[in-house]
Amino acid sequence: MGEIQSHISVGIYEHRHNWFHELPSHIKIASVFSFVLVVVLTPGYFFQAHLSYALIVISLLIWNKVPLGLIRKRLIIEIPFVLFAFFLPIFGTDPRIDFFGLRLSEPGLWAGWNILIKATIGVMMSLILSSTTPQRELLVGLEKLKFPKLLVQIMSFMIRYTVVVTEELKRMAIARESRCFEAKGPKQWGVLARSGGALFIRSYERGERVHMAMLSRGYTGQLPLTTRQISSRQDYINGTLLPLVAVAVILIWSVFLK
Amino acid sequence: MKIPQMHIPDGFINAPVSVLFLAISAFFVFLALRGAKNQLDEKVAPLAGLAAVFIFAMQMINFPVAAGTSGHLIGGALAAILIGPWAGVLAVTVVLIVQALVFADGGLTAMGLNVFNMSILATLGAWYIFRFLQKILPKNRIGFLSATALAAYLSVPISAIGFTLQFALGGTAAITLDKVLVAMVGVHSVIGIGEAIITVLTISAVLSVRKDLVYGASNSKVSLIK
Repeated sequence: MGEIQSHISVGIYEHRHNWFHELPSHIKIASVFSFVLVVVLTPGYFFQAHLSYALIVISLLIWNKVPLGLIRKRLIIEIPFVLFAFFLPIFGTDPRIDFFGLRLSEPGLWAGWNILIKATIGVMMSLILSSTTPQRELLVGLEKLKFPKLLVQIMSFMIRYTVVVTEELKRMAIARESRCFEAKGPKQWGVLARSGGALFIRSYERGERVHMAMLSRGYTGQLPLTTRQISSRQDYINGTLLPLVAVAVILIWSVFLK
Repeated sequence: MKIPQMHIPDGFINAPVSVLFLAISAFFVFLALRGAKNQLDEKVAPLAGLAAVFIFAMQMINFPVAAGTSGHLIGGALAAILIGPWAGVLAVTVVLIVQALVFADGGLTAMGLNVFNMSILATLGAWYIFRFLQKILPKNRIGFLSATALAAYLSVPISAIGFTLQFALGGTAAITLDKVLVAMVGVHSVIGIGEAIITVLTISAVLSVRKDLVYGASNSKVSLIK
């Protein structure tokens, strides 16, 4: 199983052993979600708290050995909002202050910082979650968190067939290229879109075939789950650790700064 | 350079508004689950699942614009017209959730905001615009594709208006709202052109060979084939 799994898997999960990796997924999702929620709730001007959060995130990244390449890729996703954050001090409301020789909007600077730090912490926490939890476990976790079963089923189909369909897309690209096709500009959109149309027909027909195959194996609208994780009390305690630390950060700094 | 998709990150909109939109989106997804079950029966999971993969794959195709930049499809209108509004909402929502959970692409606490803009506003919005236009435009291929084009075009600025609304409710007060509205709707009115062209080309390709698979064409008796 392990070998096949690693061959066909999508996403960014990497197998390792530590208690964070082995935390049952529903607890881990809830734990990461509430940590990020506490970070989002912390006002941006609470500088010390955010730096402490950043330290926690960095130690989690190092401890779970999240590859640097992945971190860089996730940061690129943020770019449109980083630009927005940089424009805020320039186009923001008055009053203006001198900031390294520039007349910048003070509320704009704070807002820009607020967006940058929270977005970065959020994306890094998502990265920690997805790189420490196998996709199938994520689905089991969502189901345990009372996500609608049908939605989880649709997600499981998406995860299962992403590789198949994207490989199909690659084969189409190879077929186009071997006929000397090169996408240079909008003139070539017609060809690309026709590939897309063909991909839709193939995906739809695949969906129908899969459905038939499932019916012939007794599918009634429910998917059986093959693994049942048993979560101990220790797991629940471990799971509350992350949000508790975040709350503790706020409390300690507020006392300390008084 | 490929223009990345606009997924609102964590902390861009404050926590109460993020949670509010999580609830609103959950309600619409619940409606979509019910609607899709009526439409597709127990076929929902495999078909909406494969449609989600298809939308995800379509978003990966780079459409070159000029000078090395390229754009890609958002896919709300495409999903709605190809597989119907409810299954479309489910497909686009699942793409967003899987992207956030499996690929760490998109904030967890911002999930409701993103699902609302891209899956509910863009997909359902495009569907109702499409249905309305289908009634008033000529019942032939040109009319059908024009309705598709306008619905796909408008779905993009509508999404941007949703973003501006969220920003008004829970964004920073450090910038005046009219500036955000003008910038967002302005940029997205341009992006919408690409969305409209790609959606029309894709749907017309499917129409030519398998009209029966296009949900939006399922009630038209006239020939939509060239």
